[in-house]
Amino acid sequence: MTASIIGSPVRRKEDHRFITGQGRYTDDINRPGQAYAYFLRSPHAHAKIKSIDVEAARATKGVAGVFTGADLAADKLGGLICGWMVHSKDGSPMKAGPHPALAIDKVRYVGDHVAIVIADTYAIARDAAEKIDVGCEELPANADPAKAQTAGAAQIHAEAPGNTIYQWELGNKPETEAAFKKAAHVIKLNLINNRLIPNAMEPRAAVGEYDDGTGGYTLYTTSQNPHVARLIMSAFIGLAPEHKLRVVAPDVGGGFGSKIFVYAEEVVCTWASKKVRRPVKWTAERSESFLSDAHGRDHVTSAELALDANARILGFRVKTIANLGAYMSTFSSSVPTYLYGTLLSGQYDIPAIHVQVDAVYTNTAPVDAYRGAGRPEATYVVERIIEEAARQLKLDSAEFRRKNFIRKFPHQTPVIMNYDIGDYDASLDAALKIADYKNFPARRAEAKTRGKLRGIGFSTYIEACGLAPSAAVGSLGAGVGLWESAEVRVTPTGGVEVFTGAHSHGQGHETTFAQVVAGRLGIPIENVEIIHGDTSSVQFGMGTYGSRAAVGLTAISRALDKIEEKAKRIAAHVLEAARADIVFENGEFKVAGTDRKLAFHEVALNAYVAHKFPTSEIEPGLKEGAFHDPTNFTFPSGCHICEVEIDPETGITTIIKFTAVDDFGNVINPMIVEGQVHGGIAQGIGQALLEHGVYDPESGQLLSGSYMDYTMPRADDLPSYSLGLTNTPCPSNPLGMKGCGEAGAIASPAAVMNAVTDALGVKEFNMPATPARVWQAIQHSRAAAE
Amino acid sequence: MYQFQYFRPKSLDEARKLFENNGDAKFLAGGQTLIPALKLRLAQPTALIDLGAIAGLSGIKAAAGTVTVGARATHFEVANSADIKKAIPALAYLAEHVGDPAVRHLGTIGGSVANNDPAADYPAAVLGLGATVKTTSRTINADDFFSGMFETALEEGEILTDITFPIPEKAAYMKFANPASRFAMVGVFVAKTKAGVRVAVTGAASCVFRESAMEAALTKSFTPDAVANIKVSPSNLNSDIHGSAEYRAHLVTVMAKRAVAAALA
Repeated sequence: MTASIIGSPVRRKEDHRFITGQGRYTDDINRPGQAYAYFLRSPHAHAKIKSIDVEAARATKGVAGVFTGADLAADKLGGLICGWMVHSKDGSPMKAGPHPALAIDKVRYVGDHVAIVIADTYAIARDAAEKIDVGCEELPANADPAKAQTAGAAQIHAEAPGNTIYQWELGNKPETEAAFKKAAHVIKLNLINNRLIPNAMEPRAAVGEYDDGTGGYTLYTTSQNPHVARLIMSAFIGLAPEHKLRVVAPDVGGGFGSKIFVYAEEVVCTWASKKVRRPVKWTAERSESFLSDAHGRDHVTSAELALDANARILGFRVKTIANLGAYMSTFSSSVPTYLYGTLLSGQYDIPAIHVQVDAVYTNTAPVDAYRGAGRPEATYVVERIIEEAARQLKLDSAEFRRKNFIRKFPHQTPVIMNYDIGDYDASLDAALKIADYKNFPARRAEAKTRGKLRGIGFSTYIEACGLAPSAAVGSLGAGVGLWESAEVRVTPTGGVEVFTGAHSHGQGHETTFAQVVAGRLGIPIENVEIIHGDTSSVQFGMGTYGSRAAVGLTAISRALDKIEEKAKRIAAHVLEAARADIVFENGEFKVAGTDRKLAFHEVALNAYVAHKFPTSEIEPGLKEGAFHDPTNFTFPSGCHICEVEIDPETGITTIIKFTAVDDFGNVINPMIVEGQVHGGIAQGIGQALLEHGVYDPESGQLLSGSYMDYTMPRADDLPSYSLGLTNTPCPSNPLGMKGCGEAGAIASPAAVMNAVTDALGVKEFNMPATPARVWQAIQHSRAAAE
Repeated sequence: MYQFQYFRPKSLDEARKLFENNGDAKFLAGGQTLIPALKLRLAQPTALIDLGAIAGLSGIKAAAGTVTVGARATHFEVANSADIKKAIPALAYLAEHVGDPAVRHLGTIGGSVANNDPAADYPAAVLGLGATVKTTSRTINADDFFSGMFETALEEGEILTDITFPIPEKAAYMKFANPASRFAMVGVFVAKTKAGVRVAVTGAASCVFRESAMEAALTKSFTPDAVANIKVSPSNLNSDIHGSAEYRAHLVTVMAKRAVAAALA
């Protein structure tokens, strides 16, 4: 086995257990004496709690315990936190209301947690919960982010007057205003980025267990970042000291961001396990997932682009209202700010940018990171207005983009980011070719003969992955560093166990990480085990989100550097050569210029036997760790082109061809990268054409609370994709990688909507482009034309 | 779900007696609506009487001019019946487009018709073909059977046993599926039968209904153009997050036109 394994489409090691039903998910975990929890949730969007009578529930046979917010408060358990401090433009810190794990005094969205009932069976817990008598006074609901700040809107938290959490800004306002003053053209566009409900295949679940012998807790949970969950539950919520709290995130069936966060159920089940002296298990029903998983997106935006007479962009200004729901979820504050405003330069050389974001409370489920997190919203704004500008200026969309592309790197944007590398012409050229752009007019004309409307849309995107360096994100308000750790343990027989903080919940780390290790050490991939997801085995880690596995891989790579160095020192002694003469090639330590050599496993054995080197100079054993803090984000970029055909009779949009050319730098496993792109585009097309989390603006009831009304993309909604890769290796990590997990979801909605609006000949048209909305838009256009 | 008693009678007589002796009993056929409703705690029957072990409720029989489908025939069986594919391909097509494979293997024609979900497919075929519904106590014409949202002419304890469809000269079903649920947002069944032309619409309103203006136009000329310009009133049609009543009204015309074209193809 040689280094060529890096870059090969190695089949996923983890799939055997997944596709043969041997995955071990949280709901598969059953502990002796376990009881089952049911959470009583608010049926109201907004109400004062006058009283909660739990006596009848508590007296029900088989009930082990019933607890409310008052019980948590009596134990001085803290509320859930938002871990990223964002300041308003006037310098004031964000105004966050309390977020108790079980409601106190008030409920603020449909699905808000009122009480936990724990019983011998789930059915008993559910039956008993119906006996809880909650006396409440309904309050007017405020479920429309566009109206949340108006005088008449119901106040959700006393701490946030006008329901305004912060009024944040980024960029240079005077320069931007000056750019608009001298502009030859100003393009304006209003956009809504529709609310999405994540819908991981595996619903959230938690098993909390208290061990009276050790005084420690264990929480098995559906988490993308178990260490951060433990840190928050320990340091901020006060559940237990960190060393008395073990958090295990076993196999996790999809996260898409929604399992980054610390949720009430995890905290309460763990806390309650000591109260009832039994392990407490909760698994969400799908209806609960709809109601209480953190939702995504939900922006209301107006954007303006200033251009000179030669169609060069002079300035860009954006105002956004970001709906954060009824409470601030774990990283909610960062999503519409530092993950959004910083990406508004796109692939373009824009001298002046100014963005203002008002984050608002509404009586809806909390909104937080969802695949792409801020970057899809930014890309949507940039790419929709760029397309609109090209149309208004009657320029070819591709050529207009090219005119404004950034070509010199590194490039400092006016919105923090320093792009290190890229070649936007290369991905655009490749995509134009795959999409057969030049023959589009003929295809459009042919479609017209069949009474169909064809459209084509571009999205030349950039995104930022890795969330780093730590000091930089710290200066922007992050409560944590965003490095990653790795520990490489070589066993005496030459097997390698890698402990990583980068949790895998669909990304295939057990394969890609093992490829890097096998390639570096020249050992079979079968000899490498990737271990993640348990705070008792992995020392610390920041988890997986924001396409940041490259950070974890670099940490592993650094630990491997140390392993190699120590192995060389040991090999030198064993081979009776100078350290400087030892070379490591294809898994063998050789004395340069001789035939003396040791295989990797022989050095490993020597390291543990420790007979042939001075242990006063070299410690026995072969185990090294590394913490890697990146020096920059990684900046994947690319070009998506979508071609659609619309049936004007029904309003149905069919994607004829979807082209995606991405620059992910060096690729570890092209098959897995392709899978990530497929999944991302599916979610992007889902957002553009199908998915919509809808609350009734009056009552605050979730109208899209099941698959009867929330349109999850199905296989027959999606085309086969035409993919390509370009490569400008990333300079900020030794493997030259960039993130690839979110690009599909980031780039594709704008491409689809640019195609739809092209086909329809309309300017402002909001996602999702459902048949009914498309048909309505056609009727409006016809009425306007008459 | 809440607790309930479960019975699996061997005969219709036994089923009727169980129904009479249990305060709030419900008959269980394929369970594709009832079981989800139970799981969501939207229904709280005291007993479920499973009709699955009763002989004589299954089977598909072709006769001169008719096809009779037993109440317990699954959508899969209807979709794949050689008799139905030959005699009324539109009915097989409809059955093949109900739900997903799991639903089609469990859900039954009798259960669907007796439940009369406003967005179910089968009521359009029953009404559109002018079928006859046979029960434990009588036969009911399709025109008299569907009375409102989830309401039919069936009385308490009355069990649907089979449905007899007249074989049409031409027929077709065209469904515009709700993007989320894939239930019919508008489904139009068009049939040219010996008794005349019938057009039945499901999904668009609170209950399946006949579109008489279209029937009259198609009687004169059974062509897509005959219905292409017939505007349907949106006044009694559904309106929700998936589409307005106006959109549904428009779709009735489009689906009717396409159904006629398919019937002629």
